Amino acid sequence: MSLLDVENLRVSFDTSQGVVEAVRGISFSLGQERLGIVGESGSGKSMTGRAILRLVRPPGRVEADRIALEGQDLQSLGERQMRKVRGRRISMVMQDPKFSLNPVMTVGEQIMEAYLLHARDSRRAARRKALEMLEAVAIRDPERVMKAYPHEVSGGMGQRIMIAMMLIPDPRILIADEPTSALDVSVQRKVLSIMDGLVRDRGMGLIFISHDLNLVSEFCDRVLIMYAGRIVETCDAARLHEARHPYTRGLLNSLPRLDAPRARLEVLARDPAWAEGG
Amino acid sequence: MLEVDGMNVWFGAGATHVDAVQGASFFVGRGESFGLVGESGSGKSTILRAITGLAPGWSGRVEVDGKPVYRDRRDRAFHKRVQMVFQDPYASLHPRHSVDRVLSETLRLHGMDAIDRRVPQLLEDVGLGPKFRFRYPHQLSGGQRQRVAIARALAGEPELLLLDEPTSALDVSVQAEILNLLADLRGERGLTYVMVSHDLAVVGHLCQRLAVMQSGRIVEMLDVEQLRRGRAEHPYSRALIAASVSGGRTARAAE
Repeated sequence: MSLLDVENLRVSFDTSQGVVEAVRGISFSLGQERLGIVGESGSGKSMTGRAILRLVRPPGRVEADRIALEGQDLQSLGERQMRKVRGRRISMVMQDPKFSLNPVMTVGEQIMEAYLLHARDSRRAARRKALEMLEAVAIRDPERVMKAYPHEVSGGMGQRIMIAMMLIPDPRILIADEPTSALDVSVQRKVLSIMDGLVRDRGMGLIFISHDLNLVSEFCDRVLIMYAGRIVETCDAARLHEARHPYTRGLLNSLPRLDAPRARLEVLARDPAWAEGG
Repeated sequence: MLEVDGMNVWFGAGATHVDAVQGASFFVGRGESFGLVGESGSGKSTILRAITGLAPGWSGRVEVDGKPVYRDRRDRAFHKRVQMVFQDPYASLHPRHSVDRVLSETLRLHGMDAIDRRVPQLLEDVGLGPKFRFRYPHQLSGGQRQRVAIARALAGEPELLLLDEPTSALDVSVQAEILNLLADLRGERGLTYVMVSHDLAVVGHLCQRLAVMQSGRIVEMLDVEQLRRGRAEHPYSRALIAASVSGGRTARAAE
């Protein structure tokens, strides 16, 4: 059975200029795999992640024929029950640790809180779990980091702390929305391989949302390419570079490459038909 | 065109003193494009800011077109000759000034005449039509804003453009458009570029030579051929190159 099934998901916003549809009827399912969602700004990739966790705020509206987590319909759940799903069964890592960590709480307190919210356990056990988790995300001196405040750690460390916090309740699915875009390249790889290892060891499903085609093709099993709120193409991540859809091809060709220099970069000619089809 | 010799840049004083750049020296010829690469905090943007006077605490020698740049005073001629384009076009344009106001004010500051004729010309030069003239920044996309920022930099007809991560806030397809625009402008006007970027592929595309920076120091100078062949000697440059070609490698394997 797949971990997550999404059928005909729509996210729309009522604005003074009419209804804006950010996500326009997409369907996909997620197994114990790493699924990448790529697209440009405004393609609806982040909204998809948020809609699954019902984190789209009004005036945004989420509609779907079905959003099922391990067979259980998430749409029928009340807000209280939904709160038990968030973090415990599906958790989310966002782009910038600066905005996701509580600035006036120590790192240790935050990670322990994430654990104790969902587990009936003592503070002593929570502390031990938190230390283990920090070690699992390759933080060298976890005792010291537990006592630190978010502004005292680097961006890469902050993002690893976020991952530790999101994985401590042992969720089935992790949604990572541009988890490494705020980080330097060398740190990026390190954070990704840590996340990758943990997701694999625990047999979790990962939804990896990114604008970076190369990163997605390296770190995922399967990729959905979104354009204007629709999925225009689905392909094996390793074969992303053989993608057929002109939008995907255009994105790939617009990247400058060290190994294939060109005088001019190809510019994407957007075809209105892409927004309609799919 | 630009010579930087033994530049040190620092922030703060006493207990908060931080050395952001230490002993940076490089030379950029007229019409050449030079890249500064490195990670956040390596001091690459700080060098540009020191040249333009946005980071006042610096020492060393800077010459533009053979004329020394002083620490605390830059004349109108300097700002006419040297202009900067910033990373985030959402932050570098005044939200309540229309494109027309941004460009005509800049033209006036540079002592230009025929402003009413020059504004549409500037817009055309950066690939924006006349209909953009009376728009406000919030009515523009990220790529259009960056074009306006480039138009503003071009207003005084500069010779040297300092580009601070000009495409890193943009989508890849828009990045390609802006990089093509920068290449066209360079060809038409014989501009000299100094570009700061963390993306080696972008620097390799636009620049002929580059300096790799780490913790405030230039650790290696490379030309684009050495970069493409991965012929760097310093372990840090090698690591940077390895991190940025791995994507290209999967591409090649798939082809």
